[in-house]
Amino acid sequence: MKAGIVVFPGTNRERDMAIALRRAAGTEPAMLWHRDTELPALDLVVLPGGFSHGDYLRSGAMAAHAPIMSAVRDFAARGGYVLGVCNGFQILTEAEMLPGALLRNAGMRFLSQDCHLRVERDDTPFTRGWREGDVFRAPMAHGDGNYVASEEELDRLEGEGQVAFRYSRADGGLADDANPNGSARAIAGVFSADRRVCGLMPHPEDLVDPLMGGEDGKPLFDGLVESFR
Amino acid sequence: MTTPARPVDGALAREFGLSAEEWDRVLGIIGRTPSLTELGIFSVMWSEHCSYKSSRVWLKTLPTEAPWVIHGPGENAGVVDIGEGLAAIFKMESHNHPSFIEPYQGAATGVGGILRDVFTMGARPVANLNALRFGSSDNPNTRRIVDGVVRGVGGYGNCVGVPTVGGEINFHPSYDGNPLVNAMTVGVARQDRIFLSAAAGIGNPVVYVGSKTGRDGIHGATMASAEFGEDADAKRPTVQVGDPFVEKLLIEACLELMATDAIVAIQDMGAAGLTSSSVEMAGKGGVGIELDLDSVPQRERGMTAYEMMLSESQERMLIVIRPDRTEQARAIFDKWELDFAVVGHLTDTGHIVVRHQGRTEADIPLAPLADQAPLYRRPVAPTPAPAPLGPLTDPVGIEGALIRLIGCADLASRAWVWNQYDSTVGGQTVRRPGGADAAVVQVDGTRLGLALTTDCTPRYVAADARTGGAQAVAEAWRNLTAVGARPLAVTDNLNFANPEKPEVMGQFADAITGMGEACRALDFPVVSGNVSLYNETRKPDGTTVGILPTPAIGGLGVLEDASRAVGLALRPDLDLVLLGRTDGALGQSLWLREVHGREDGPPPPLDLAAERRTGDFVRARIGEGTVVACHDVSDGGVLVAVAEMAMAGDVGCRLDVPPSGLAPYAFWFGEDQGRYLLAVTDGAALIEAARRANIEARLLGRSGGDGLTLPSGATISVPRLKTANEAFFPALMDR
Repeated sequence: MKAGIVVFPGTNRERDMAIALRRAAGTEPAMLWHRDTELPALDLVVLPGGFSHGDYLRSGAMAAHAPIMSAVRDFAARGGYVLGVCNGFQILTEAEMLPGALLRNAGMRFLSQDCHLRVERDDTPFTRGWREGDVFRAPMAHGDGNYVASEEELDRLEGEGQVAFRYSRADGGLADDANPNGSARAIAGVFSADRRVCGLMPHPEDLVDPLMGGEDGKPLFDGLVESFR
Repeated sequence: MTTPARPVDGALAREFGLSAEEWDRVLGIIGRTPSLTELGIFSVMWSEHCSYKSSRVWLKTLPTEAPWVIHGPGENAGVVDIGEGLAAIFKMESHNHPSFIEPYQGAATGVGGILRDVFTMGARPVANLNALRFGSSDNPNTRRIVDGVVRGVGGYGNCVGVPTVGGEINFHPSYDGNPLVNAMTVGVARQDRIFLSAAAGIGNPVVYVGSKTGRDGIHGATMASAEFGEDADAKRPTVQVGDPFVEKLLIEACLELMATDAIVAIQDMGAAGLTSSSVEMAGKGGVGIELDLDSVPQRERGMTAYEMMLSESQERMLIVIRPDRTEQARAIFDKWELDFAVVGHLTDTGHIVVRHQGRTEADIPLAPLADQAPLYRRPVAPTPAPAPLGPLTDPVGIEGALIRLIGCADLASRAWVWNQYDSTVGGQTVRRPGGADAAVVQVDGTRLGLALTTDCTPRYVAADARTGGAQAVAEAWRNLTAVGARPLAVTDNLNFANPEKPEVMGQFADAITGMGEACRALDFPVVSGNVSLYNETRKPDGTTVGILPTPAIGGLGVLEDASRAVGLALRPDLDLVLLGRTDGALGQSLWLREVHGREDGPPPPLDLAAERRTGDFVRARIGEGTVVACHDVSDGGVLVAVAEMAMAGDVGCRLDVPPSGLAPYAFWFGEDQGRYLLAVTDGAALIEAARRANIEARLLGRSGGDGLTLPSGATISVPRLKTANEAFFPALMDR
């Protein structure tokens, strides 16, 4: 798998993502600069976590207009796969490559804790490493992760299978106390309509090594590697 | 507030914090009436904050050397050898005064400042920690300050992408008007790529990089060198405003530049900004420096030389650069969209000369500015020895006391705080906050683990500063040992009240004496540090309240294999063994405070030889892989430590009867030092080995079930413990 990681000013989880991709793929991902206007030959583009441009306007809003985003958009339109994690997810919604928006957490505080995610479908390159209904643990670390969309949009996303992950209890049950940021319908991650673009708030890339507390996030990366073998 | 339109004279000097004697000394050095800019430079360089004039004579007594120490105090941060050609670079620094005036920005810029001290030496920051002290939880102001400080620490650290992996928090009424925010950063660099601050090369350009200079923080260092009165709010303009996004860019740009050979010397602009960085860099290099302030990137119009020299605008660095590399360096800062300006050059005059708009605003000889800086051996008065406790009763029983203790302000779960700090960014966090006695971070690309902790027990220091100072060092050493690390060195952050009071200076001197004794006994030298004095508030009636003496210790240790680190979470079906001697020391204990409402008696004594023997034994057992979990016994005593292990692992334990001769409450809640709890599969073998090593050891119980079963037969379920433990912060903050 040939993967590239986009670095914006303020991106800070690019090294974490590189570690996870390297562990799964055995090859070094390319680091891409936000001012680049062309992408090298790639299977996957990743927008990692951080505070692009300080998140000073709205999280991800400035980065969504970076020069490289035109190339990323073209890449996706031509059939490439794009993963956005945390700030990367925010950028993809701001760029309207994914539906919905991410608002301030319901409790109005930054949240850094492990959460449980339930896999909503397993027939995509992003989720094929799990079975539908599987639950895995992932660290979350964000202030703006409260997923919102209109009721009609949410109905449509659910109807068309665009929900990728939901916050859940360890047993897979949904509950308010298992939805730490108050996301609509407990949505933690979504797909684009063609399921080539996926965004999620928590950080599977920070849980790929038993030494760091577990390998719960590894199936995401293993699944991607399988898809591009 | 900015530029006073007044003649420069002794009265103005007094307002700037200089004494009459210091003003005379300024006149002697300059040989004429100084300009306002010159007075500003003298006043900040000779402030307590920058000159350490009250503390230097004592700091010199601390041990600072060991074979693994690469750079001790005197550089921007301490540097130690961690193996594989790598160095850990670390320091802790206070931002107390700003955090009272403006908690969010005070704490945020505290984190930003200490990060710069570390990456200015060439290290990528890999972990942040902190040591926080707040006023009484009953004080209505405390909630606002906790909220602002925690948001500020998180807001800055989370954005720059450095994990906040550990820290400590105490509450006490003595901090009502003076919260303490001590921030620590740890970075890693190659030993052959460490950057220092001594300028060299006459004619070499002096480059300014980072944020533009504004009018924020003018005279912050002077503010931090005086007590607070009722006018604290009027000092808000002296607080700096941080921008963690720019800091992140600055880290990346500086590290990119540091991979080249362009840099001769580099220093961050911290307290006293452009003044202290230029004066210190030139002074250390024995050269002169000439600054052209017209070239300084400015955020506001019409700034005077005085304002620019004293501004504490954040996220700025000063670099002496090789002239033939200037354009290469400029391109790097352009890429990161940061200001880059040549603002001066090095000279052979030995003076700092400041020019602005065609005028010479300052011309000061550097040698006397440093050599004739005031140095005080202030009078000390001994702290009276605490009276013994006398007979005690057990009014609430063991079970009642345990529930009360684990729910009290100083022992309650800190998860509410940690959950606002990103502890995993970087992907190297092996032990997160609360999971072990010390945080453990793997060094990227190696198997090495860094163990990190911050520690101090201020109530011990207040009762007996020498014992308390030693205890702070010993506890840091113990916490590093308890995860299996080899303790290497400490950074200290010495927070005290007004040093002009002999009893406060007595606390300071005694605490340093105790720290030095412990550092020597444990081969645990001090490699960096910071002093914060005048943590004292004047009340409307004219009396003052000083903080408890708080010499916070930041400890760093190394594990050759990070996967060998152990946490404190108990697992089922293990023997729980207590190592170290138990005498039931209840003076200054939390049991005494929470059960009897008393804060008196002597602190528990330290036996540094036993401390070392026991710690070395524990580390060896962890190294050989026979220890499943380990936790040192500190605040609250043995039963609190057992409860903490049980809560962390969601596993209960059946406990044995205490030895005869000790009251049960003294055994379970005494805070005797130098003790550890180890969970192992074969307790008998461990006890036998301990006895052979001349270490007291006893089987305390066997893990299993879902509750703590006391010798009386009473069982306290782990969920009940957790409910009691987790209530405090949400009740204080989310009400």
